[in-house]
Amino acid sequence: MKQKKSLAELQAIAKQVRRHIVEMTCAAKSGHPGGSLSAVEIVVTLFYDVMRHDPANPDWPDRDRFILSKGHGAPVLYAVMAMLGYTPLDQLNTLRKLGSPYQGHPDKRFIPALEASTGSLGQGLSVALGMGCAARLDRKDFRTYVLLGDGEIQEGQIWEAAMFGAYHKVDNVVAIVDYNKIQLDGFIKDIMELEPLNDKWRAFGWHVIELNGHDIPALQAAFAEAETVKGKPTVVIAHTVKGKGVSFMENNPKYHGVAPTPEELEAALKELA
Amino acid sequence: MAIPTKFELKMGVATREAFGRTLVELGRENPNIVVVDADLSKSTMTTYFAKEFPERFFTCGIAEANMVGVAAGLAAAGKIPVVSSFSCFLLNKSFEQLRVTVAYPNMNVKAVGTHSGISIGEDGPSQMSVEDTALAGALPGFVVLSPADEVAARALVRLMIQHQGPVFLRAGRPKVPIVYPADQKFELGKAIEVLPGSDVTLIGTGLMVAEAVRAAEILDGEGISARVIDIHTIKPIDRECIAKAARETGAVVVAEEHLVDCGLGVRVAQVVAETSPCAMEFVGLQNTYAESGSPESLLEKYGLTGRHIAEAARKVLARKR
Repeated sequence: MKQKKSLAELQAIAKQVRRHIVEMTCAAKSGHPGGSLSAVEIVVTLFYDVMRHDPANPDWPDRDRFILSKGHGAPVLYAVMAMLGYTPLDQLNTLRKLGSPYQGHPDKRFIPALEASTGSLGQGLSVALGMGCAARLDRKDFRTYVLLGDGEIQEGQIWEAAMFGAYHKVDNVVAIVDYNKIQLDGFIKDIMELEPLNDKWRAFGWHVIELNGHDIPALQAAFAEAETVKGKPTVVIAHTVKGKGVSFMENNPKYHGVAPTPEELEAALKELA
Repeated sequence: MAIPTKFELKMGVATREAFGRTLVELGRENPNIVVVDADLSKSTMTTYFAKEFPERFFTCGIAEANMVGVAAGLAAAGKIPVVSSFSCFLLNKSFEQLRVTVAYPNMNVKAVGTHSGISIGEDGPSQMSVEDTALAGALPGFVVLSPADEVAARALVRLMIQHQGPVFLRAGRPKVPIVYPADQKFELGKAIEVLPGSDVTLIGTGLMVAEAVRAAEILDGEGISARVIDIHTIKPIDRECIAKAARETGAVVVAEEHLVDCGLGVRVAQVVAETSPCAMEFVGLQNTYAESGSPESLLEKYGLTGRHIAEAARKVLARKR
């Protein structure tokens, strides 16, 4: 199912996703709002504009795949999947509660439509590349998208996978780095600098596209460009703002893993009206 | 040592060799089988598969974590991936990946560890795998297999592929004696009584099954009737067979090429405690790593021979009520 939406519609959807993120993390009293808000345009653009998929037929063998390797960003994925009809919209606020499909990190046992269970960082890129290899063996043209956190790519397995993807020319896989510059303990630059990030990926043999990760037309253009790149995988380095859309959360490391209070929620929802 | 005809054991090929050859046969039958390798295919014997099916063989370089993740992705898209390395690297270096990307979402990945135990010999402890069945057995949903000889290896590799779900198969480096007739039937989770006996039960897995047969021979010479059981499926374990043996013989020895703290013996003891408590002894690596040496000299030094199993049997018989 390829859904065509106007830019204004996609932006409105993104705003609604942000409202769900702050509401569900507030209801859960825990979770990771900052890194969910930074990835909203990326996930919305993929699910509403780029990927071939069908919420009524989640097992469709030819569907495009999406893996949230930064599993702590679960709220953004849950909001989008619920709005598309994969999962119950009216249960989003059961996030992190016993029996909820919306587990603390994405769990295939609770949502079979998820492509992978994630939460332990560094592993999704390998899984995505395995899916890409399987597609090629079966001569299928589905594509696999994997969203990585910036802190996450400090994991060594990411670079094992980066070598694998380039060596095996897995050009049906696209990695996106949600480069919001903040990890749990603070700013990336104060913990383990990633720069020069563009050069690193290029040196590992990937086609690199760098853009503003909140710019939907730029994301659309990047994913279209990635489809034309043959013989190497593509990484989209998406510069984003942690906590994007809620002024007091933006660029504030505190909201990596702290949920908004009811008062903060009220203020946030006003900004997202 | 002269072995009486009834206990005669002919030398066979290594279980890793049987694994590699069987994988090629299975590859011809099932195009969905793929192999993911971390630069040890000439040792794990997936090289045979690589030669015949190059397009279904994925090299990862020396990167076990990525290897298991790639396998999980291949499985998610409908392939039957076999990941193979030395057991110690596969379980220790990529345990986290086996846990989160394979066990947790129940992916149909087949993990085959070769060079298990201390019988790899000269390479020494950094390459020896003495905690793998504990680690693999700690992964919910995993089946853990441990063939005793080439006959068992061929059959279990086939059953491993037929099984829907994650499996760890533990293979060895050296040639091992043939315990089974060529037409022996195997069933996952069903232990095999290799020799009947009524005084004591000797339970083994992997190459310790042949050693248990040798122990039975020694004990036979002393007028002791020892039952020998092969636990080729360590998980799920055959509770009925173990309970029956404990009940009928009242004395059990468990022998494994693995640390005794966390291996087959502990699992057997749990079943015995829950069903038919009796005296038990444990033969295995005792809270230590081994060292370099020939496989035979290591098995001798670290107490993993038929003679050691027979000695444990005498001890357990002294405590038998």
